[in-house]
Amino acid sequence: MTEPVARLDGVSHRYGKRLAVDDLTLAIPAGCMAGLIGPDGVGKSTVLGLLAGVRRLQTGHVETLGGDMAVKRVREAASPRIAYMPQGLGRNLYPTLTVFENLDFFARLFGQGAAERQERIRDLLTATGLDPFPDRPAGKLSGGMKQKLSLCCALIHDPDFLILDEPTTGVDPLSRQQFWDLIDTIRVRRPQMSVIVATAYMEEAERFDWLAAMDDGKVIAEGSPDEVRAKAGKDTLEEAFIALLPEEKRLGYQSVEVPPRVVTPDEVPAIEAEGLTCRFGDFTAVDHVSFRISKGEIFGFLGSNGCGKSTTMKMLTGLITPTEGWTKLFGQSLAGNELEIKQHVGYMSQSFSLYTELTVRQNLDLHAHLFFIPADEIAARIDEMLDTYDLRDVADSFPDSLPLGMRQRLQLAVAVIHRPSILILDEPTSGVDPVARDSFWRTLITLARDHGVTIFISTHFMNEAARCDRISLMHAGKVFAVGAPQELAEQRGKATLEEAFVSYLKEASGIPEEAPVATAEETAALEAATNAAPAAAARPRRFDPGRLWAYARRETMELLRDKIRLYFALLGPVLLMITFGYGISFDVENLTFAVYDQDRTPESRELMENFSASRYFSEQPEISSEGELQNRLKSGDVNIAIEIPSGFGRDVMASRQPEVAVTVDGSMPFRAETARGYVTGLAAGYASELAAQRGQAVPSVSIETRFRYNQAFKSVNAMVPSVIMLMLVLIPAIMAAIGIVREKETGSIANFYSTPISKAEFLLGKQLPYVGVALLSSVILFLLALYLFQLPLKGSFGLFAVGTFLYIISTTGFGQLVSTFTRSQVAAVVATAIISIIPAVNFSGLIIPVSSLTGAGRAFGLSFPPAWYQPISVGAFTKGLGWADLWPNVLALCGFCVLFFVVSLLLLRKQDA
Amino acid sequence: MSKFPRWSAGLFQLFIKELRSIKADPIMLVLVLYAFTLAVYSVSTSASTELRNLAVAVVDEDDSQLSRRLIEAIQPPIFQQAAKLSPRDVDVALNEGRYVFVLDIPPNFERDVLADRPAELQVEIDATAMVFAGNGVVVLQNVIANEISEFRYGGGLETTAPVRLVMRNAFNPNLNSVWFGALMQVMNNVTMLTLILSGAALIRERERGTVEHLLVMPVGASQIVLAKILANGLIIVAAATLSLVFVVQLLLGVPIQGSVALFLLGTTIYTLSIASMGILVATFSTSMAQFGLLAIPVLIVLNLLSGSATPMESMPVWLRYVMQSLTTTPHFVSFTQAVLFRGGGFPLVWQYLLIFLAFGAAYFLVSLARFRSAVLRG
Repeated sequence: MTEPVARLDGVSHRYGKRLAVDDLTLAIPAGCMAGLIGPDGVGKSTVLGLLAGVRRLQTGHVETLGGDMAVKRVREAASPRIAYMPQGLGRNLYPTLTVFENLDFFARLFGQGAAERQERIRDLLTATGLDPFPDRPAGKLSGGMKQKLSLCCALIHDPDFLILDEPTTGVDPLSRQQFWDLIDTIRVRRPQMSVIVATAYMEEAERFDWLAAMDDGKVIAEGSPDEVRAKAGKDTLEEAFIALLPEEKRLGYQSVEVPPRVVTPDEVPAIEAEGLTCRFGDFTAVDHVSFRISKGEIFGFLGSNGCGKSTTMKMLTGLITPTEGWTKLFGQSLAGNELEIKQHVGYMSQSFSLYTELTVRQNLDLHAHLFFIPADEIAARIDEMLDTYDLRDVADSFPDSLPLGMRQRLQLAVAVIHRPSILILDEPTSGVDPVARDSFWRTLITLARDHGVTIFISTHFMNEAARCDRISLMHAGKVFAVGAPQELAEQRGKATLEEAFVSYLKEASGIPEEAPVATAEETAALEAATNAAPAAAARPRRFDPGRLWAYARRETMELLRDKIRLYFALLGPVLLMITFGYGISFDVENLTFAVYDQDRTPESRELMENFSASRYFSEQPEISSEGELQNRLKSGDVNIAIEIPSGFGRDVMASRQPEVAVTVDGSMPFRAETARGYVTGLAAGYASELAAQRGQAVPSVSIETRFRYNQAFKSVNAMVPSVIMLMLVLIPAIMAAIGIVREKETGSIANFYSTPISKAEFLLGKQLPYVGVALLSSVILFLLALYLFQLPLKGSFGLFAVGTFLYIISTTGFGQLVSTFTRSQVAAVVATAIISIIPAVNFSGLIIPVSSLTGAGRAFGLSFPPAWYQPISVGAFTKGLGWADLWPNVLALCGFCVLFFVVSLLLLRKQDA
Repeated sequence: MSKFPRWSAGLFQLFIKELRSIKADPIMLVLVLYAFTLAVYSVSTSASTELRNLAVAVVDEDDSQLSRRLIEAIQPPIFQQAAKLSPRDVDVALNEGRYVFVLDIPPNFERDVLADRPAELQVEIDATAMVFAGNGVVVLQNVIANEISEFRYGGGLETTAPVRLVMRNAFNPNLNSVWFGALMQVMNNVTMLTLILSGAALIRERERGTVEHLLVMPVGASQIVLAKILANGLIIVAAATLSLVFVVQLLLGVPIQGSVALFLLGTTIYTLSIASMGILVATFSTSMAQFGLLAIPVLIVLNLLSGSATPMESMPVWLRYVMQSLTTTPHFVSFTQAVLFRGGGFPLVWQYLLIFLAFGAAYFLVSLARFRSAVLRG
């Protein structure tokens, strides 16, 4: 054998406490198709991630294409030669981008010119049969098409080492076959290319040249398929795999036997569907599906992801109302009898869907109650379930702590706790290891044969399908064959069910039975695609504006297609600016007052005229009693009550200083304080008026006040510029943070790990669109300030523009910084909001003037951009300042831009943990 | 079993399940606990609009005994010790925001006062310091006028005034802003957390697919939604009660004038309406992150435009109508102020309870109408 394409030596990998890969040593042969097989969670993906250099090596040694993957420079040089396709249907694709746009993005990342991109994309699309759909969004492709597109994306740069992580999970058999044939064809064209594939389908492994079977982070067998089978002495790889498992795992394992069904004459079919159709908009998910299933039958439902299986099942259970057609369970239609029928149905959905916050027992208890099992029987029934489904030991554990196989048993236990006569199971065994799957099936068979339960089950596994009494084959919303598995195979003249299925699918898609999978035209295209001139620069450039632009462009397109984020980015600031502008007002006007005038003399009226004339007060009907005065204050009808005693006029004339009692509603202290100020002022005015009338000496000192910058002393003039400061930190920072964390959540961050894009290009490319959106929103805010709030711009526009631009760069940079240490979008939103709001609101002069802040608060404020930008915004709008006054602030903002970028650069990792 | 007992039995089970879910979410519980204890305490005691520590400078062109007395009269805690400033530095100092007030005492000021000749003092005010400048300058004027009166006539202002003003503050004699701040904080928390909690409860079920599971059972959307509204409402009402008794009354020593029981009755009905609103917002989003983006602006609007930050009278009329006819929060603020601050009784506030009920029912029905299509599509 030639030099291996990659090797692992003593590699271990942990996720927290869990050991995923356990001291693994393995050499992967070059120039062939190598496979890693085993169920979910045995460490396959970790191994592939380490080989591709997208995961950080913890212990041991990994060598790929002859280079040590622990060294950064080696990884950088190797990355253009490796293609990595992560697990999950289209997980590295961008669902809102079209097929063409996705490919275009990858081509740009590898520095291909416009002409080269066009040509390669066209060739690859032709070769994979995706050419009719270049404009379809990736999210709307079927599973098989998504995987083909993913493959195209991986092949766009002619890799020497192709790493595929479960590329065919959830894909229909025809697409699966086409996928493998495509890989075979490519390998014929490019024999130097090595391929490694991880898969949970043992059948697929038959076509590999070499394989390694994994269990619990260890390799339990390696060699060619023949060698592995021979070693275990079994006929199929699946049996061989089970035989090779360590002793304790096989404990209690029996192969699945299906006793023949005793067919009783059919009275009423258990499940009946006629012309069932479901449309979402112009997309037909299920197209006139009909079937009859009798009592006690196990009915298998086969088809790829997205072919309409789940939708059909949801219509049977009443979750979705059919657009056309009807279903009946036991001869009764769902409508009208819903509650009664639901009592007879048990349902298990595709993903785990029980409450992880409830224990196993509490989950069972909840469902028992919701199905109205009589209270005195519940305890016994739960005990029975715990024993039957072997859950006794974990009764008080939370589902999250259980292995997948056990969780599936719990789901089944929950689904049957009310003794339903129909069970609807949507892919109950996907991802479960073969031993657990077989034990699950033994339970199903007992339910069907011994308890007469009708089972409607969907699956991807052909060996499971073969155990059903009858199966139906579904594709693109249509059922095109129904019958016993053996019959279906025989009808087609095929040895296996899988081949029969493929043959049906071909007929349904109009592909001739014996035609080569790749047509001559496609092969030629492939040849063109794979033999195109290698990318211009062999060694990746350190900083490539093209790659930066690729990210910026793609981010912009995604953002423009995401309504909720766009709403938040553009409408959010407008809404909040109006809210803050009007909502934080310290203007106290329209204070309601009423008089309890017990004097009714010209003097008392004169005093009151002072109040009525003021623009701050609005007069209410007079008060006529002490009790009324109290009541009206209580109801909030008046803010100020003025009580003038009888004899007031007389006393004033006699200079006896009569008392006037003023009661202010103190429930809002700020308003009350201001009201008192106004009242004092009015009283002083009254006093000097009186003195003047009597020719007395007027107090000789006047205190003139000059309200600088804001003569009218209106809140908006002071608040609106500060609100701009707040808006331009809160929203751009949150947007930028989400921009990166989203990729972590959806999985497309893998493209950052596996392609030649550098950290700086990635950060700047992702920042650019948000700077753009924030600039747009700052223009809107500026116009709002000018026209809605009628604020004149008194100072330098240039200063405002430059300051705002730098401020936006620094705040988006801050968001990116937060995103380097948050993992979920929720955490990113909360963390960014809290960290940015506190200094912006409390320590940047929004409410408390900066001059009143003392030591720590002042310093804290100054360590964030808002405290530096606030003087620019207020200065330019209200204070009429320019460059000469505020250049140090502009300089400080520049510093923040650089600082945040550098820190993010240091914290961002180009490998996964 | 007939229909209604079944319906309510299912509702009860779901209600218990919701409570268990909340119990199993320690982060949310810590958030609720924090909001109703520490946050109430720290926000009400620190972020006050009470005048404090205002920076004043004096341009003393007189340099007399009187001018020095004036400078000394400007004292903490309301003002910082006044700094001296030369006339040509006034503009720069104000531009840089170093002082809120600059008092200018002209040359020969003392002589003019003693001779009863008209004299003029000038106060330059940085009117961008909105919150403090207005009330601060009134206090400053009083301090100065009093000081001059004492200097000239040997007695404060009140000895010369023709009328004696006796000012009294109803409901809060010392205008202690903690009283106001603490109660408003409790109220804002009720709004904010109820909305987040109930919305998140629905999103969580959607993200995990458990809501599908429920709908396959003999359980209807009305029970699922109502169970969430009741369970989350209950938690918040309980937290608000404890906060009112222990934090506001005992720890902060705020005397509550009105009936706490009446307040709780109103709050209970109000939380139901806000929880329904939370569910409604949640039906527009498919993930927690989207819910966050939708909810943040909604929460800020509810917080600031409902009269708890700024009186409704200070808002433009159109905005007042928009807020009052789309949300319950402004009504809740009025209700709370009437009951807790001013001691209003049931006859004074019963119509608020009807408003909460009407809004709650409307939000509930709309969410229910959106529930199926929204929940099952995403």
